[in-house]
Amino acid sequence: METLMAFVVGGLFAAAIYMMLRRSIVKLVIGLILLSNGANLLLFTQAGMLRGAPPLVPLGATQPEGVVADPLAQALILTAIVIGFGVLAFAVVLIHRAYEVVEADDMDQMKDTDT
Amino acid sequence: MLLAILSGFLLATVAPAVHRQTGMNSGWVLAILPAALFLYFLSFLPAVGSGESIVISYPWVPGLDIQLSFLVDGLSLLFALLISGIGFFIVAYAGRYLEGHKDLGRFYVLILSFMASMLGLVLSDNLISLFVFWELTSITSYLLIGFNHEDATARRSALQGLFVTVGGGLALLTGLVMMAVVTGSYELSEILSSGDALRDHGWYVAIVLLVLLGCFTKSAQVPFHFWLPRAMAAPTPVSAYLHSATMVKAGVYLMARLNPSLGATDLWLILLGVFGALTMFTGVFMSIRSTGVKQVLAYSTVMALGTLTMLIGVGTDTAIMAAMAFLLAHSLYKGALFLIAGILDHEAGCKDFLQTGGLRHALPITATFAAIAALSLGGVIPMFGFVAKELLFEAVLEAPSLSGLLSLLTVASAILVVAVAAVVGIKPYWGPRVETPKTPHHEAPPAMLAGPAVLASLGLLFGVGVAMVDRGLLSAAAGAVYGSPVETYLSLWHGFNLPLMLSLLSLVLGLTIYFNWDRFRTATGFMDDLKRFGPERAYDKSMDGLVSISEWQTRVLQNGYLRYYLLTILLSTVALVTFSIARAGGLEIQMSLAGVRIQELAIVAVLLLAALVSVTTSSRLGAVASLGAVGFSVALIYVLFSAADVGITQVLVETLTVIMLVLVLFRLPGFLGLTPQALRIRDAVVALAFGVMVALLSLAASSTRFADSISEYFIRESEPSGFGRNIVNVILVDFRALDTLGEIVVLALAAVGVYAMIKLRAEDNRK
Repeated sequence: METLMAFVVGGLFAAAIYMMLRRSIVKLVIGLILLSNGANLLLFTQAGMLRGAPPLVPLGATQPEGVVADPLAQALILTAIVIGFGVLAFAVVLIHRAYEVVEADDMDQMKDTDT
Repeated sequence: MLLAILSGFLLATVAPAVHRQTGMNSGWVLAILPAALFLYFLSFLPAVGSGESIVISYPWVPGLDIQLSFLVDGLSLLFALLISGIGFFIVAYAGRYLEGHKDLGRFYVLILSFMASMLGLVLSDNLISLFVFWELTSITSYLLIGFNHEDATARRSALQGLFVTVGGGLALLTGLVMMAVVTGSYELSEILSSGDALRDHGWYVAIVLLVLLGCFTKSAQVPFHFWLPRAMAAPTPVSAYLHSATMVKAGVYLMARLNPSLGATDLWLILLGVFGALTMFTGVFMSIRSTGVKQVLAYSTVMALGTLTMLIGVGTDTAIMAAMAFLLAHSLYKGALFLIAGILDHEAGCKDFLQTGGLRHALPITATFAAIAALSLGGVIPMFGFVAKELLFEAVLEAPSLSGLLSLLTVASAILVVAVAAVVGIKPYWGPRVETPKTPHHEAPPAMLAGPAVLASLGLLFGVGVAMVDRGLLSAAAGAVYGSPVETYLSLWHGFNLPLMLSLLSLVLGLTIYFNWDRFRTATGFMDDLKRFGPERAYDKSMDGLVSISEWQTRVLQNGYLRYYLLTILLSTVALVTFSIARAGGLEIQMSLAGVRIQELAIVAVLLLAALVSVTTSSRLGAVASLGAVGFSVALIYVLFSAADVGITQVLVETLTVIMLVLVLFRLPGFLGLTPQALRIRDAVVALAFGVMVALLSLAASSTRFADSISEYFIRESEPSGFGRNIVNVILVDFRALDTLGEIVVLALAAVGVYAMIKLRAEDNRK
């Protein structure tokens, strides 16, 4: 599965970067969303993927039974998802504001600091 | 000792306040410090005169083996006495010269800081502290040259001086560090005794070149001599102090200081001898060609610096003794002459020798001391300058090699020096009265006459009573430079010999040139054209080049297009990673699709398809919808592979994201298709290359693990220590709670930002 996921991650990165290279600022934000999904999946893949073994301790035991998925990677991804959302919210409001000022969805018109 | 050196800096901090309190007598009040320092250093004379050298050490940065250690021997004591002694007259003089100037307080701060830096430089035993003081003199000199900072010329001159000396300083630092590596010590007192180790080391040539680059720039040797005459934009007391008596001699000091450990090789002799002699001749030639009062004196300083360098290069005991005698003589007469130049400017408004003449009636005292100082400059018996000049001739005639070339240049220079001396000492005061810009009504005030009077008289006194300075200070200084005690002693009368004949010859020819000064300058007028090829031209060119290169690179690198920044970063990353992989001999990749289930394959297919659609669609709604599909597919993958919490979060966040995008994006215009087809293909290629790279790295990383995971600890301790059964939750709120706190802060900040921007918009609309 890790092999397959490597190509999924690669595909997400490629799509994200293509979008970030566009002149439209909306596309840039779409690229950012794809990129953060790709990065999270990359982390997830690297921790090793296990089916049906959530990192939970059964009632009455002090240790999980058998091998469980890596909880640290999951904790990190959780944090990343939430922070990514915060950044995205900020970016979306920012582009909206920028559009009001520049009146174009074109980054080439935002080169100057004066506007 | 530490207090003695730092006292200058301390007094500098309160100097403006002192100036406000004492008004027009501030010069005399502040001059008490240099006078006290002079007496303090004088107390070392008996011990040092008998050949001792004293090391005083304080720890500074013990961890780096940097000490604030000071070395008092003949050489440093000679310099310390000159710096503090002349400093006394300069500070007193400046009080009157700049009287009423609105920035006089600032001037005191700078000149006292400079004095302290210079004392630190000549007394430092540690190479690092020596370098720090060295750079401090460059910086204070920069501020002093640019003292009249509203004048563009002064600013330009200051910058030029700074670039040249600090550029050399960088080379010097490298040289000093290499020297310390070779000898294993940063203490001069130890380095001086390991000369053989340095000379035999493979780095010797590099060390010599780097150190000399520093010294040559500081001491204005050809081809770096051009900044010194420019530095005359400074007020006259600064020119007198920094650019004749002290700072420019810092380079000479360092060459003299290092002579025992670096000297006595052919390389040293040739570099110092040839460059020194060339500088000497260039200086005096430019001097006689100039007419500006300070220009003439500045170029004759270049001549003196060249002479000193040459003598250190020759390196025989006679030459070293001559260098020390010449150093003392030059400081005395040049200090006096510069201060007199200031008097001419202050009283009669003269800045050019062509505007002067017949001032002896108006300024009788000034004229007298100008004559005495000029006699010393010209090297006329019985002045101290004569003693030094005799010894100079003797030294170059006996030089171990290059004697012919050096003697020729020395004699030619001596002839021109006599002419310069006549211009300086005779031209303004004798002959017919020439109308000056200001009519002098009275002699200069005592504070301004004291310096020239004492310094010029000392030149006479040391000449007649040469034994006063000979066996104590000067032979100790020469001994320190030579590396062992010197046997040469000074005397006023050497008998009828070749040096005396050369002296007389130079006197006669020099006076002849003086009386035909105008014709001489016209005849050599073609030299002006050569300026176009001079080193100053090279300096200007390189400065222009620097500016245009930075303009060009700003234009190229800071072009303002986000996508070009991204392209640069991405392509560099791909190139560097490819290079590293190629160097490591390829990647170890294990691929296996075994065990992939059909539902997983379906999710992956949906995910990739949705990503493709979001990239290619021209509909905004389509893009947002397919983004949602990507996000929910990712959530499904989390859930399928044992990450239930992550999956839930992803679902929630994805829902919010889609809603938010729909709300905001639909106020924006549709996609325009701004980019031509060719550029799209280029971007697609870059994106695919990066995607492939990430995929390959991911594959390679899956089969590599550098260290044991710390997850084992979290799994083991979650229930016993964290009292929680959901290990991910325990990590978030317990083991790594600070991370979560940081995350909350980020979210709060983003929320504040979003709120502020929405608020801002609302207020704009209301207007």
